[in-house]
Amino acid sequence: MSEKMRSIFEKYERSPDQLIPILQEVQREYGYVSPESVKMISRYLRVTENQIYGVSSFYAQFRFTPPGRHSIKVCLGTACHVRGGATLLEMLERELDIKCGQTTADRRFDLDRVACLGCCALSPVVQIDKEISSRMTVTKLSELLKKYE
Amino acid sequence: MNKLKKKITLAKGKWEELQDNKDPVIYVGAASCGRAAGALELVDEIERYISENKVNARVIQVGCIGPCYLEPLVDIKMPGQPRISYSNVNTKVLGHILKSHLLEGQPFARASIGNFSRETFMDIPPLFEHPMLKPQVRIVLRNCGIIDPEEIDHYLATDGYQGFMNALKMTPEDVIGAVRQAGLRGRGGAGFPTFKKWTVCRNSPGEQKYLICNADEGDPGAFMNRSLIESDPHAVLEGMLIAGYAIGASKGIVYIRAEYPLAIERLKKAIAQMKEYGLLGNNILGSRFSFDIKIKEGAGAFVCGEETALIASIEGKRGMPRSRPPFPAISGLFGCPTIINNVETLGTLPNILRNGAEWYTRFGKEGNRGTKTFSLVGKIRRSGLIEVQLGTTLREIIFDIGGGVQKNFKAIQTGGPSGGCLSEEFLDLPVDYESLASAGSIMGSGGLIVMDEDTCVVDVAKYFLDFTQKESCGKCIPCRVGTKHMVEILERITHGEGNPEDLMTLRNLGDTIKKGALCGLGQTAPNPVLTTLRYFRNEYLEHIKDGRCRAVVCKDLIEYRVIKEKCTGCQSCVRVCPTGAISGPRSEPHNLDPTKCIKCRSCYEICRFDAIAGDAIVIRTAEKRS
Ligand SMILES: Cc1cc2nc3c(=O)[nH]c(=O)nc-3n(C[C@H](O)[C@H](O)[C@H](O)COP(=O)(O)O)c2cc1C
Repeated sequence: MSEKMRSIFEKYERSPDQLIPILQEVQREYGYVSPESVKMISRYLRVTENQIYGVSSFYAQFRFTPPGRHSIKVCLGTACHVRGGATLLEMLERELDIKCGQTTADRRFDLDRVACLGCCALSPVVQIDKEISSRMTVTKLSELLKKYE
Repeated sequence: MNKLKKKITLAKGKWEELQDNKDPVIYVGAASCGRAAGALELVDEIERYISENKVNARVIQVGCIGPCYLEPLVDIKMPGQPRISYSNVNTKVLGHILKSHLLEGQPFARASIGNFSRETFMDIPPLFEHPMLKPQVRIVLRNCGIIDPEEIDHYLATDGYQGFMNALKMTPEDVIGAVRQAGLRGRGGAGFPTFKKWTVCRNSPGEQKYLICNADEGDPGAFMNRSLIESDPHAVLEGMLIAGYAIGASKGIVYIRAEYPLAIERLKKAIAQMKEYGLLGNNILGSRFSFDIKIKEGAGAFVCGEETALIASIEGKRGMPRSRPPFPAISGLFGCPTIINNVETLGTLPNILRNGAEWYTRFGKEGNRGTKTFSLVGKIRRSGLIEVQLGTTLREIIFDIGGGVQKNFKAIQTGGPSGGCLSEEFLDLPVDYESLASAGSIMGSGGLIVMDEDTCVVDVAKYFLDFTQKESCGKCIPCRVGTKHMVEILERITHGEGNPEDLMTLRNLGDTIKKGALCGLGQTAPNPVLTTLRYFRNEYLEHIKDGRCRAVVCKDLIEYRVIKEKCTGCQSCVRVCPTGAISGPRSEPHNLDPTKCIKCRSCYEICRFDAIAGDAIVIRTAEKRS
């Protein structure tokens, strides 16, 4: 077992209620939940792989493929919706030539939607990596993408 | 207890020093919303300025005082002067403010919105006389944007943990009695009397009991809970101590959504400080009460805000609700008696225990005591986080506090995706649990979304239903299949392919789902559709019969046009059009080919912001169908 996984397990009790926190930490470390890590978690917690997939696929947070270099999250909260969040998402799908939830072929961007970032007064907002940009327009967003390689 | 008393004396001294400052203090509003508006760059810039000019000043990051539309906010407190607040600060204005106020001692009145004292100071009015703040009653939010949320001493100096210390001197039953007398109802949505479920839990047999703070805040368009935790985490944690003591729990859990990293960080710091000050652990302050608090991060599922789903999620399972009874207060987390309270409910408790139940009943009205926080967003002039007495009318909230709507008011959605969309005739409705319910809406957690004539209510109803449909856990059929079916009908209507019978089908489906769904998610999901059908039926009919969307939102029912008389032929739109739908030589009016146009808005935006082009591109609703 990898050193990294071992050190993750050391922090959590061997108890089924620790499954989600372990999955979260695995995703923080590796960027996604791989089949190998599921096997290891299964052995550690003594729950079946099926159960782990059952739980992890229920929650929007977990991904099962490696992430791209940058993550774009378009907020589609209510305030962002009434101020045009969906138009931003459509524009990104077109410019990046992927659908929401996918990664570009050159692994430059992941494109996702998020239910609400809680910055409703500054809507519409788009989050790229850790940075939240407010009062976005199609034109501003198109410019902003150029900053990321 | 004595150890803490000493700490409090020290904390008060520290706080007074800050109010009676010898050196300038600069406060920056740096909650998530402030950060999105650029607060952290301002902090860097201020630090650089201070060191460059060798000024002895302190910079403190505070939370959010509420008027998000004014962000970023920076306050400066010079020795012997009141704290003065500046709004919409960017790096350029900041330079002027710092030079004038910090170096020359002259407040930069042009950019200021108020001062923190009760009187006008050098022509700058008191901040709390600001039209957005004046009508508010700030009890839960009393410290937000004012104290440093990462300093337990600031909280202690403003009478923090006093409520908990009072509670410890009472029996748990008396604490429950005080909450009963105060008339506190749950702020998580349903408004269930807090004392009732506490009593059930207190009387349930069981060695181990749990208190869970519900910080899942999944309503899109609501951020009250995030803001409170980021701005005053100890208020919520003190509330947990009080609730834990009352129900006899020894373990507390904060279940918080992972999308709120700053709130999580602040909670972690605050919990560490509580441990250091002896406010967590065994025999707290020498009493027989022992309590510990852990944080559990949500993993992105709206339904996990529902209490039985939340419990399943903490247990490491799929977050699916189960039928009740048994209620969590009898059999909850790991089968133990469990109380789940909302962040704001908990944040209210210290105030009740500190000032007394009788004091709390002075706010609000019979049956709806106290205050409620709301996030006021959408097409409103002054958006932000507010706190008002229950019973305040929608009109006061929208027009007095919110400053009115940008264009003409159309509707207000209360209660997020579980709530309803109310029309103009409800503006004088008092905001309390029963009045909202009688109008077909709900209080919900406190998201208020204002819509004007540019918002299409059919589109909004579809948006909410699409949200709940995607978040449905799939366990019960009415919710899983019924919401899907409703979304499909709404899709058709917004595409201009609806028929008049659809409206009846929508209503029947909605009524059935409300009656048949297992949990609150399904039971409330049809509300946005049912209320808009009731109050905005004409707009549905226009979509169906005329193929028109009067708000010019539904894409299939609108078109883009070039106004030849206005077009200067600058070619900006030709350059940004992704499909080559616009053509024409320079200096001559352009042509827009509707068959190629994908309605992406690029040309419209560039035309409006380009001074040469003006506003030659318009989006309008399609011609009436013949
Ligand atoms: C789908 C759904 C989502 C919910 N989301 C939340 C939430 O995000 N925060 C919250 O406090 N309550 C939420 N609730 C309500 C909780 O189930 C519960 O009633 C509440 O946390 C009780 O706390 P209170 O008595 O202090 O209001 C939700 C309910 C449903 C049905």
